[in-house]
Amino acid sequence: MKLKPGAIADSHTSHGNLTGSWRTFKPVYKQKDCTGCKLCVINCPEGCVFEVEDRKYTCNLKYCKGCGICAVECHVNDIEMILEDK
Amino acid sequence: MKTFIEGSRAVADAVTVCRPKVISAYPITPQTHIVEELAKIVANGKVKAEFVNVESEFSAASVVLGSCATGARSYTATTAQGLFLMAEVLFNISGMRLPIVMTCANRAVSAPINIWNDQQDSLSMRDSGWIQLYAEDNQEALDMHLQAYKIGENKGVLLPVMVCMDGFILTHSYEPVELISQEDADRFLPSYQPEDYLNPDNPVTMGAMVGPEAYMETRYLMQEAMENSVKVIEDVANEFNNQFGRYYGGLIDTYKLEDAETVIVSLGSVLGTVKDAVDSLREKGEKVGVLKVRSFRPFPKDAICEALKGAKKVHVLEKAVSIGMGGIVSSEIKAAFCGKTGVPEIVGSIIGLGGRDITVETIIGILNGSGDSSYDQFIDIKKELVEDPEPSDEAVAANA
Repeated sequence: MKLKPGAIADSHTSHGNLTGSWRTFKPVYKQKDCTGCKLCVINCPEGCVFEVEDRKYTCNLKYCKGCGICAVECHVNDIEMILEDK
Repeated sequence: MKTFIEGSRAVADAVTVCRPKVISAYPITPQTHIVEELAKIVANGKVKAEFVNVESEFSAASVVLGSCATGARSYTATTAQGLFLMAEVLFNISGMRLPIVMTCANRAVSAPINIWNDQQDSLSMRDSGWIQLYAEDNQEALDMHLQAYKIGENKGVLLPVMVCMDGFILTHSYEPVELISQEDADRFLPSYQPEDYLNPDNPVTMGAMVGPEAYMETRYLMQEAMENSVKVIEDVANEFNNQFGRYYGGLIDTYKLEDAETVIVSLGSVLGTVKDAVDSLREKGEKVGVLKVRSFRPFPKDAICEALKGAKKVHVLEKAVSIGMGGIVSSEIKAAFCGKTGVPEIVGSIIGLGGRDITVETIIGILNGSGDSSYDQFIDIKKELVEDPEPSDEAVAANA
């Protein structure tokens, strides 16, 4: 497919870039002491943390780069980063 | 009917009849009068455009990048330090293939700070992917803005265009010029109709990351677009001539070149002085001619070699220097001749940096000088400013 001038692409094409492959450590959302403060959601640079139900959060591992910001920000230590075997 | 008007105001008038929808600029000498006038024109409602005030040139360039991406014809202007502050965005604009037009009121670059004219600023931006056109006088400068939009917005080109006009020498001088009416401008320049633009009803991705698998191809296509613009620049100059009866050359122009043995090559407003020098030498029977480089990007290699092939000696006069190499334009002309036979002797001369006056005598002095093609010479260097003084007799005696 020929590139358009300026490499203009269809909308949402960046969804095809699965940044989860960059990950070394993966976050485990323990869903135990969560207060529902949403700091993990707000601080995720990929915007891939989401609410499952009240005070239960998880992230989309297709896009999670394993940066660990959510685990650092969580003030009740309800997110743990573990080394991931792939 | 001609109007006696300052160069900057003439350019502002020409930009107005191009019907830009967004103008954003930060004032900087000697560009200020252009955007000052445009702000006034927009405020008076003479053109339906947004004038976006910003806090820096980086922001000005970013605003027009964004507005052009939405499909709005956009304009900015700057010079020297402002141009360099825009540098990152300039590459983004060309890489995103947004046909913005910018006026560069050519000025020397700091340090030391100097607000007077030379062409170091735009020539230093030669690899930014912008088409660069150089105006010789105010009429050409104002006409060039209409041509610039038509060239840049051509479907085979889609590149931004920098209209370069010498700061103060053109921007601040009053000359009688033919201003262009809105009806005539509309007849020459259709509205900007991009195929893809930012639109919530039909979303696209612009400026996304492109990895090793396709980045090279984006650059290849930009080079191809620049090559396409070679013909488009000529065509647009001819179209302009057909409608308005004014022609300044397309990629290049020539003056008394046919039988010339010695040719002076230059760009911008100094060509007026060069032509005066050539006229006086012609009166004495010397076969001297002029080659004007109107388009520096794309660099018209073929047209220049063809125009210079009969010459014995070529003097390239330029108001810029690539420190560590020499003349920028002279290097490119020498490179254009590489591999060809019957190459003239090409002498590079650096002149008029930081607003140093260039007279007819300066130019005749260069032609009569001892410069050769082995190096590019700085013209009229003041020895007392660059050499240590001779030690006094007392100092010599004291050291003895």
